[in-house]
Amino acid sequence: MMRLPTFRYTAPKTAAEVAEILAGEGPQASIVAGGTDLYPNMKRRHQTPKTLVSLRHVEELRGVQLNGAVSIGSNETLSDLEDNAALKAKLPALWTAVQSISTPQLRNMGTIGGNVCLDTRCNYYNQTWEWRRAIDFCMKCDGETCWVAPSSDICWAVNSSDTVPVMIALGATFTLISTRGERTIPALEMFGEDGIDYLTKQPDEVLTRIDIPDQGSAKSVYRKVRRRGSFDFPVAAVAARVEMDGDEVKAASIILNAVGPKPVVCETAVDAILGKKLTDEVIEEAAKLAGKGAKPLDNTDHISMWRKKVVVVETKRALEALAQ
Amino acid sequence: MSHATEGAPALSKVHRVLSVNGENHEVAFDPRKTLLEVLREDMLLTGTKHGCELGECGACTVLIDGEPKLSCLVLGLESDGVDIRTIEGLAQPDVPHALQTAYGELGASQCGYCSPGFLMNASALLARDTNPSREAIVEELGGNICRCTGYLKILEAVELAAQRLRDGTAANGGSDV
Ligand SMILES: Cc1cc2nc3c(=O)[nH]c(=O)nc-3n(C[C@H](O)[C@H](O)[C@H](O)COP(=O)(O)OP(=O)(O)OC[C@H]3O[C@@H](n4cnc5c(N)ncnc54)[C@H](O)[C@@H]3O)c2cc1C
Ligand code: SF4
Ligand code: FES
Ligand code: FES
Repeated sequence: MMRLPTFRYTAPKTAAEVAEILAGEGPQASIVAGGTDLYPNMKRRHQTPKTLVSLRHVEELRGVQLNGAVSIGSNETLSDLEDNAALKAKLPALWTAVQSISTPQLRNMGTIGGNVCLDTRCNYYNQTWEWRRAIDFCMKCDGETCWVAPSSDICWAVNSSDTVPVMIALGATFTLISTRGERTIPALEMFGEDGIDYLTKQPDEVLTRIDIPDQGSAKSVYRKVRRRGSFDFPVAAVAARVEMDGDEVKAASIILNAVGPKPVVCETAVDAILGKKLTDEVIEEAAKLAGKGAKPLDNTDHISMWRKKVVVVETKRALEALAQ
Repeated sequence: MSHATEGAPALSKVHRVLSVNGENHEVAFDPRKTLLEVLREDMLLTGTKHGCELGECGACTVLIDGEPKLSCLVLGLESDGVDIRTIEGLAQPDVPHALQTAYGELGASQCGYCSPGFLMNASALLARDTNPSREAIVEELGGNICRCTGYLKILEAVELAAQRLRDGTAANGGSDV
C-alpha cells in the first residue's frame, strides 16, 4: 500500500474559518477539496502538508448562480456541474471542459476550485518517491536539476487543467479571501510563469468563487487532445471565443493549455482574425500563429513536436466550429 | 526516510462509526488511512480491490451515498455519516445481483480483479437507468480499467442485466443500490 503521510485534519464550516486556520498554520497547511489531485500527490510525497483543512462542510462554497452572468462556488463538484443543464446550455465550452476531466468517479469527487488550483504536471515529477529518488530528484520537488531542460532556471511542468483555458477565454474572474481581506482577479492573473510557482494565489488564500460575465452573442468552444477518451489529462488544449459583428469578428480570444507551465494567450492569432470574416484562409493563418505560441517540451504523454503540430490543427478546428 | 512511502504508523488511532452495506460498524484505525485501507485492513472487507491507489484504475470503486467514488482517494476519517456500499453488499445472501448473474453467464470476469469496481459502478448506472445506450455504458464505465477481457463482454453483461431488470426476469438480489 502506498500510504498517505501523517497529517492533522480539520473540517471547518465556513470559508472565514478556513482562512483563519490557514493564517494561523502558515504554508505547511493545505486546503483539500475533493482530494483527487492532492491525495495522489501526497502519496507520491510531492506535498506533505502537516495540516489538512477540508472544505467538505463549507456549504457556502457550493452552488451555481445563473443570471446573465454565471457565478460558481469553488467547492461545486465537477459532476454537479456536468448535471447542470442550464449551465450546459449557457456555457457549452465550459461544460465540455468539465465533462472531459478524468473519469465519472473522479468527477463525483473533484471540484472546480481544485481544478483551477491543480498542481502542474511532468513525467519526471508525477512518480513515486522511490522512482524519483532512483533517477535523482528534480528541481520541482526535493532536487536541484530539471530533467527536461537541465540548463533551465525554471520548471516546465505543465498546467494541465481543462477548465482554466476556457475560463480565461470567457473572461472569468476568481475571488480569493484571506484574513487580510478579499480580492477579485482576472483568471489569467492566477497563473505564474514557473511550474514550481504556478499560482499567484497565496498559501493563506481561499478561492471562493468563479464569476463568468454574460457572454451575449459570443460563441466558444473547447478542444482537448489526449491519448485515451477517459482518464487522461490534456497534452494540448485550445479554448476559443469569438464575438461577431455581422460576418466579421468583433472580439476574440484564443487560449492554449497543457503546452507549458502557464496557459498561453494567442495575441497574434487573435489579431489575425479581428475585423475579418472567418474564411478558410484567415482561419489557416490564425491557426499557424497560435502554433508559434506553443512551446511544449517532452514531459507529458506524446512527443512535443507532435503536440506543437496538433495545436495548429486543433486551433483550426476550433475556429471552424465557431465560423459555422 | 522522512519522505519514504511507508512512514511509521501514527501513534493513536481514530474511532469512527462507518455505515457499510447498511450496517453500522465502530472501527478504530490509523488516521491517515484511506477508506480503501480501512475497508480492507481494519474491516477485512477485501472484496474492494487496490490497484493503482492513485485514481488511475477504478478497482477500488465503492458507492458513497449512491455515487461511485474511488475509495483509494477518500479518507477513512471523513467516511462517517455517509452510506457506503461495497461489493460484499451487492447481492442478497442467496440471490446475486442481475449484474453478477450476467457477468457469470457471459464470462465478463477473467482474472476478476477489476470486477468489484466495474460491478459497483455499473450498479449505480442501472439504479438510475435500466435502459442505458451502449454509448452511455461506455461513458459511465470509462473510469474502470480491465486488462483481461477487452471490455466487450463487460458491456454485453451490463446490457443483459439491464434487459432482465426491465423485463422483471432477474431477481435484482433485492439490493437497493
Ligand atoms: C487519474 C486522474 C485523471 C485526471 N484527469 C484530469 C483531467 O483530464 N483534467 C483535469 O483538469 N484534471 C484531471 N485530474 C485532476 C483532478 O482530478 C481535477 O483537476 C480536480 O478538479 C481537482 O479537484 P479536487 O477538488 O479534487 O482538488 P484537490 O485535490 O482537493 O485540490 C487540488 C489543489 O487545489 C487546492 N484547492 C482546492 N480547492 C481550493 C480552494 N477552494 N481554494 C484554494 N485552494 C484550493 C488544494 O489545496 C490543492 O493544492 C485527474 C486526476 C486523476 C487522479
Ligand atoms: S519540468 Fe523539470 S523541474 Fe519541472 S517537474 Fe519536470 S523535471 Fe522537474
Ligand atoms: S486503486 Fe483506486 S483508482 Fe486504482
Ligand atoms: S478481468 Fe482481469 S482485469 Fe478485468
